[in-house]
Amino acid sequence: MMDALGTPQTLLLLGGTSDIAVAIAKRYAGDRPLRVILAARPTERRTAVAEDLGLAGCTVSEVDFDAHDTDGHAGAIEQCFAGGDVDVAVVAFGLLGDPEQAWTDPELALELATVNYTAPVHVGVLLSERMKQQKHGTIVALSSVAGERVRRSNFVYGSTKAGMDGFYTGLGYALREHGVNVLVVRPGFVKSKMTEGLGAAPLATTPEEVADLTVKAVRAKRTTVWAPPLFRLVMLVLKAVPTAIFRKLPF
Amino acid sequence: MSVTRLTGWGRTMPATTEVVRPRTPDEAVELVRAARGAARDTTRGLTSRGLGRSYGDPAQNSGGTTIELTGMNRILHVDAAVEGGEPTVVLEAGVDLDTLMRVLLPFGLWIPVLPGTRQVTIGGAIGSDVHGKNHHTQGSFGNHVRSLDLLTADGEVSTLTPDGPDADLFWATVGGMGLTGIILRATVAVQRTETAYFRVDTDRCPDLDDLMRQMVERDDDYTYSVAWFDAVTTGAHMGRAVLTLGNKATVDELPPKLAKRPLQFSAPSLGTVPPVFPNGMVNAVTAKMFSEAWYRKAPAHRVGEIQNITQFFHPLDIAQDWNRGYGPAGFLQYQFVMPFGAEDTFRHSVDLITSSGHHSCLNVLKRFGASNPGMLSFPTPGWTLTADFPVKPGLETLCETLDELVLSVGGRLYLAKDSRMSADHFAQMYPRLDEFRAVRQRVDPDGLFTSDLARRLEI
Repeated sequence: MMDALGTPQTLLLLGGTSDIAVAIAKRYAGDRPLRVILAARPTERRTAVAEDLGLAGCTVSEVDFDAHDTDGHAGAIEQCFAGGDVDVAVVAFGLLGDPEQAWTDPELALELATVNYTAPVHVGVLLSERMKQQKHGTIVALSSVAGERVRRSNFVYGSTKAGMDGFYTGLGYALREHGVNVLVVRPGFVKSKMTEGLGAAPLATTPEEVADLTVKAVRAKRTTVWAPPLFRLVMLVLKAVPTAIFRKLPF
Repeated sequence: MSVTRLTGWGRTMPATTEVVRPRTPDEAVELVRAARGAARDTTRGLTSRGLGRSYGDPAQNSGGTTIELTGMNRILHVDAAVEGGEPTVVLEAGVDLDTLMRVLLPFGLWIPVLPGTRQVTIGGAIGSDVHGKNHHTQGSFGNHVRSLDLLTADGEVSTLTPDGPDADLFWATVGGMGLTGIILRATVAVQRTETAYFRVDTDRCPDLDDLMRQMVERDDDYTYSVAWFDAVTTGAHMGRAVLTLGNKATVDELPPKLAKRPLQFSAPSLGTVPPVFPNGMVNAVTAKMFSEAWYRKAPAHRVGEIQNITQFFHPLDIAQDWNRGYGPAGFLQYQFVMPFGAEDTFRHSVDLITSSGHHSCLNVLKRFGASNPGMLSFPTPGWTLTADFPVKPGLETLCETLDELVLSVGGRLYLAKDSRMSADHFAQMYPRLDEFRAVRQRVDPDGLFTSDLARRLEI
């Protein structure tokens, strides 16, 4: 159960090796003994993350989960809830891909659509089945500012995030009467393993900052949070830019 | 049956739950029989609720059913024992203490244990084993329960007594937070009284040490004893306090005007606090002003003042729904007890609260007497402290630090107040938890009775 101060007892990380997901777990770990369910592919990195969170004082269990394998989703989610209620579930998996290859290579385009849109929608419905039963909990969906207005530079990625963002926003409306909150997190450029080797964009942030804003937003039962918060204004302006100019913008 | 959002008195942690309101014990039996057999994985069980005065999550059941028992509110029998012996009252669990007091006073009878509010049901008073200002002389509510009818998960009702055949189940139910079954009826021993008034001595204590010394020296001379202390002022006057000590007044002690109707129930109410307050009303400035005023308005030393029930017992009951004053973020009440001998740690905890930057106005300090055999009953001999904090960032760190201090000396937190402690700490604070679990396993092997608190504390 969530406690009176908004700290969870059980945290589920789907795509549990994401830097932001790990930072969220660490942010919570100090406040209260935390049970973490790490749902990710069985890799060395997952083992390392499990050890790391264990050292931070969490009780960690690992569940095999692969976003590509949609047939395996239901079983994985069932396993995640086998030990009892989940207070906060973070949908953190995603794929950036090379933006030029993504719109020229059909296979990569399909993979981005599967991992960033189809799988989150599938998992979102599976999660909400469980959360509707327990009638409490928060789903955190890691979206991106890239979905707010899709740009020339990374429009395949941007379009998948636009779709998943819309899905989770609507899911939040639907789950409200069941006592379940959905928080959509829209980070800008995050310096993480996902963006390794890329030049940092303006207003770049860190997984720790995103985690901090996310935890505060969960506590306040908010439905959207931008990281950094200034992006909300930036995107408001960008959305107003005429297409003739917008399509030529270099970022 | 309706789906509702419920919270405890602290207005944190809303639960979305079905609520049912049985009107009679028979209806409650039907409810349990209907739910019986449904395994833990298909239903989320049943939780009892009275008037919702516990602060956190014991009387709510997210995703399950909450059984609100305030409809079962008949007083079945009052035995004033005019020819000697012990006066008793037999009543259903949904009767609240305010109603009971109004019924008993004309008979010259008095409820033996009154917590900080009269808006508490008998079921809640037993389930939380509530205590009052007379704990050091007369124990907690469970000490005065002569028998109770418990509806267990098998759909059967058993009459339990403190020393009868299943005394274990009785003492698991007293303080058991409703997790052994539904209390349907109880027989409670009550006290004779001549008046509805108290003869009260009041003293201002300039600091915490003076307060604690006075309490040790003087408590035994009074039935009732409690102190309000200032949790904002730091430095030399840290823990300055107003100590009130009282006894039931006799008719001879009342002024002539009151002596004419000594048993008249005198507990005025000013009305209901509207839900219009924003967060942050209780802050550094207002808490300081309140604490200064509360300290200054008390007399430095006054003896023998006659006070009515609201003045002496329930100053907060004068305004209904006063919890709304904290705004929508709600508040957190923190109450612990530390055993005698841990005075240094106790002082340290007051110091921590005072200097924490979290501002509490309603702070109560009291010495507990002997505990009863309730397995999860809170009161144990020692010093108990209560503080009310508005919910704001950083409060978890203060509470966590206080938890550690409480644990380090073998103290504990009060489940009726708690809304955030961890399952780990709970298990360490309540050494008889395994005994309680064994009884619960025996009478409710499928875990039909549960609550959000039970899930949070992994009871």
